[in-house]
Amino acid sequence: MPAVSKGDGMRGLAVFISDIRNCKSKEAEIKRINKELANIRSKFKGDKALDGYSKKKYVCKLLFIFLLGHDIDFGHMEAVNLLSSNKYTEKQIGYLFISVLVNSNSDLISLINNAIKNDLSSRNPTFMNLALHCIANVGSREMAEAFAAEVPRILVAGDTMDSVKQSAALCLLRLNRTSPDLVPMGEWTTRVVHLLNDQHLGVVTAATSLITTLAQKSPEDFKTSVSLAVARLSRIVSSASTDLQDYTYYFVAAPWLSVKLLRLLQCYPPPEDGAIRGRLTECLETILNKAQEPPKSKKVQHSNAKNAVLFEAISLIIHHDSEPTLLVRACNQLGQFLQHRETNLRYLALESMCTLASSEFSHEAVKTHIETVINALKSERDVSVRQRAVDLLYAMCDRSNAKQIVAEMLSYLETADYSIREEIVLKVAILAEKYAVDYTWYVDTILNLIRFAGDYVSDEVWYRVIQIVINRDEVQGYAAKTVFEALQAPACHENLVKVGGYILGEFGNLIAGDSRSSPLIQFDLLHSKFHLCTVPTRALLLSAYIKFINLFPEVKGTIQVVLRSDSQLRNADVELQQRAVEYLRLSCIASTDILATVLEEMPPFPERESSILAKLKRKKGPGNLHPDLDENRKERSVNGGTADHSSTTSNAKVLLLSCVVYLLEPPIPLLSGVYISYFSMLVFLVFASPTTSTDLLGLGSTIATQNSAPPASKGASLLVDVFSGNTAAFPVATPVAVGPVADENFSRFVCKNNGVLYENQLLQIGLKSEFRQNLGRMYVFFGNKTSTQFMNFAASVPADPTVDGGAQLQQILNIECVSDFVDAPVLNIQFRYGGTLQNIAVKLPITLNKFFQPTEMTSLDFFQRWKQLGAPQQEVQNIFKARHSMDTEVTKAKIMGFGAALLDGVDPNPFNFVGAGVIHTKTTQVGCLLRLEPNTQAQMYRLTLRTSRDTVSQRLCDLLSEQF
Amino acid sequence: LVATGVGAKTYRRIRFILIQNRAGKTRLAKWYMQFDDDEKQKLIEEVHAVVTVRDAKHTNFVEFRNFKIIYRRYAGLYFCICVDVTDNNLAYLEGIHNFVEVLNEYFHNVCELDLVFNFYKVYTVVDEMFLAGEIRETSQTKVLKQLLMLQSLE
Repeated sequence: MPAVSKGDGMRGLAVFISDIRNCKSKEAEIKRINKELANIRSKFKGDKALDGYSKKKYVCKLLFIFLLGHDIDFGHMEAVNLLSSNKYTEKQIGYLFISVLVNSNSDLISLINNAIKNDLSSRNPTFMNLALHCIANVGSREMAEAFAAEVPRILVAGDTMDSVKQSAALCLLRLNRTSPDLVPMGEWTTRVVHLLNDQHLGVVTAATSLITTLAQKSPEDFKTSVSLAVARLSRIVSSASTDLQDYTYYFVAAPWLSVKLLRLLQCYPPPEDGAIRGRLTECLETILNKAQEPPKSKKVQHSNAKNAVLFEAISLIIHHDSEPTLLVRACNQLGQFLQHRETNLRYLALESMCTLASSEFSHEAVKTHIETVINALKSERDVSVRQRAVDLLYAMCDRSNAKQIVAEMLSYLETADYSIREEIVLKVAILAEKYAVDYTWYVDTILNLIRFAGDYVSDEVWYRVIQIVINRDEVQGYAAKTVFEALQAPACHENLVKVGGYILGEFGNLIAGDSRSSPLIQFDLLHSKFHLCTVPTRALLLSAYIKFINLFPEVKGTIQVVLRSDSQLRNADVELQQRAVEYLRLSCIASTDILATVLEEMPPFPERESSILAKLKRKKGPGNLHPDLDENRKERSVNGGTADHSSTTSNAKVLLLSCVVYLLEPPIPLLSGVYISYFSMLVFLVFASPTTSTDLLGLGSTIATQNSAPPASKGASLLVDVFSGNTAAFPVATPVAVGPVADENFSRFVCKNNGVLYENQLLQIGLKSEFRQNLGRMYVFFGNKTSTQFMNFAASVPADPTVDGGAQLQQILNIECVSDFVDAPVLNIQFRYGGTLQNIAVKLPITLNKFFQPTEMTSLDFFQRWKQLGAPQQEVQNIFKARHSMDTEVTKAKIMGFGAALLDGVDPNPFNFVGAGVIHTKTTQVGCLLRLEPNTQAQMYRLTLRTSRDTVSQRLCDLLSEQF
Repeated sequence: LVATGVGAKTYRRIRFILIQNRAGKTRLAKWYMQFDDDEKQKLIEEVHAVVTVRDAKHTNFVEFRNFKIIYRRYAGLYFCICVDVTDNNLAYLEGIHNFVEVLNEYFHNVCELDLVFNFYKVYTVVDEMFLAGEIRETSQTKVLKQLLMLQSLE
């Protein structure tokens, strides 16, 4: 037991630790700990005052027990007492206890801060450092408030010891990170920059970190650091390996400081001053040269330290992206590393080269290493290295090598680790699309993806292949032939059945001339897969069948038999049943003309950013990709033919609704209430200018929905402004005065999404809605309560002009929240009932809180953010009388229905409710915290909202106040 | 480890330092980010799970949630540093080694038991070399001089 034998430790502590180590079971350990806790408690409570040593020993034992994973609920006071001891060892244990068991216990905080204050002004460097380390470790808001002014003073004071300066610099950095508002820039900033000139390299090391962080936030204020950093770096790089003595690590001069200086320079563009720029280029060249020199030591520490600097230098070269010679040299250097025996270096070279690939200067140079990278993909043992190889192949891909790279990735996919298959699938799908010259190659590639890794082919991928086939005439026949052939395989992946069903349903006619793929053979082939598929695929196949009836009248009878079978018409799944019923009826009653119109080929999809690319970005998550690279890829994808919908919507505060209506012409006689829903119009309600409406279908749109959307090309395709500004204007040709807007049930929907919105003796309007982030979809059901037909029925927009007695009509509204808003859109309904024109206007319950995403957070986080949102305009409070009985469970349900996460155990008062969430709009996200304090005696509530935007605070407070 | 700090892509710093043995017992845990106790326990277990399955042919780096772990094994102990993905792998890898050499010098041939019995001193060593998630001092001579000075104090 080394500590004991050294004789400088605490004997009692060592004995206790030994006892714990000798415990044979968890139970024995707990028993021993409880015994110790009882002992310590009695000592702390005892009459005899404990001496400093005992106090230190017991506090240290408590700390050990805590670190073993047990709760400690006493001893804090004794630890605080140790802070004011004048013995280092006692003080140190006190500070350690405070740092490890941070507690926002308010009475102790002031005592702790007081002790820290004393130590900071003690002029004893050891005590000052203990105090500064404590602030840096805890970094609480209270400490920032108390010491934000003092720490910079210590940092720049002329007589401060070097080691204290180091701690003060990083302490200030910590305070700046946690409470930037409390650490304003001051006259100390210029003096901090000059610490880069300090003689003591430890001070420079700490100061560089501080300056880098500050420079990221306000580059202008720290601009002068560039020339000083270059000068410092130059001196280090050109020094002989022994010059820096203490700071030379395995023959490398100050490697960590060099890395930090190179990092600081990455906060800025290349220096404008020619001399400084020249000097920096010299430094970078020297670093590259050193990589070629024979190593001064065989130790891995030497090469690691040297290469740490090299990789950071390459990062800077890539960041500047302005010196072709340096970029190509960097690339060559990395190329050597690609074949190095050290796995670490191969990994880092692949990673670093990935960013080089996106520079126009080095892209070609990177491409020369393609064979090595492909080899890495095949031979590396570490999956993370192979993953980097995939990334690099993806990054270096262009038109010239796309076929080779896609082929290699496809063949790797067959043996790839499960963990990275999905990502490879996405990458292959993107590359195949982006670099497709002829789309037959693209179709083959995607079908191969499904064949090799069907389980990893996400919906986005197969949606995309369908979108592309539909949008490009030249490939449709090939696609139909290829899927037909692929479906011949006895066992094929369900995703292939989906693609096959969809494509044959649309373009099966293109191959029907060949007797080997006659309509009946096509149908039999598809139907042979039907029973093995899941419900969504079967639903898709049913749609393909009805499309077949239109394409091939000769198989109508066969298909009707299938649709009519009990397994379809009485299917337990309501979607399948409904489709079978509707399709069967449609095929029986509709004339050929109508069938041809309803089941016409799908119109081209609007060009938009590939949903696969979006998925890949999501999958990689923020921070996982090099930021620069990410940006670059975005631009490239735009070149690659995808659209960018960043249309400005800054003035979208006013709700501007536009609707796209696909009207069927002539109207189809409605005979059965059930199938109206199939023909109901698809209405897109957009909270923005019409141009953004193409965005709406976005990723989530399912083929099923698109399938049921009647074609836009034929018939009347209207683009109608329903509302301009906030005033409701009726869009129909004959404008009618609109009566009062009904909103009786409006507030009921604030905390729920489904229910009856409106009802009178004639009509009932039901709602079902779902929201995700800034998007929503609302199903509006119009029920005719009478036994007679409504004529000329129109809801907001000309809808199906008749609604039969007892029948129900459904509308789907797609909703996007562009920015925060107050007024809800109004739905206008007009119809003729028994000769009288009926006008109804109902406020649609689309409220700001629908775009809430709940956020879970700890008590500490909650109150930290609560304090950050402390500006007067950010808080809105309302005190109001309870309108309903004050039931805890009901209240909880309402807060959750409101959309916020209900945070348990956050508020010290268990009767209060706190919630947190984020409001998603297209342009921004607004973090929201709420707190509801009921007073059951007074039957009152106090509701407080804090968000980063005053209008949001106000609106949410208004909405929620009405609920209780 | 999800929401906070992720948006700020360019900020690089240490998120936590862990020393664990092969059995998963923690010998040091130093946190530079706010986590609650449950989250800390989860992180400790996850790190142990991802690091111990790797062998000598693997890299010393492993992706971890939105971050990465730079680790090095010394006998039965794993020294792990969690940093942002854009951070310099080799600098931290040698940062670990530098730290281990200091421990070795300070405890005269350090072994796992030294870290157990002197856990409160290990924290002092860490604070001398790493502070606020940044590298504070890299000179072994300077660190050891400071540690010896502190050792001589009462």
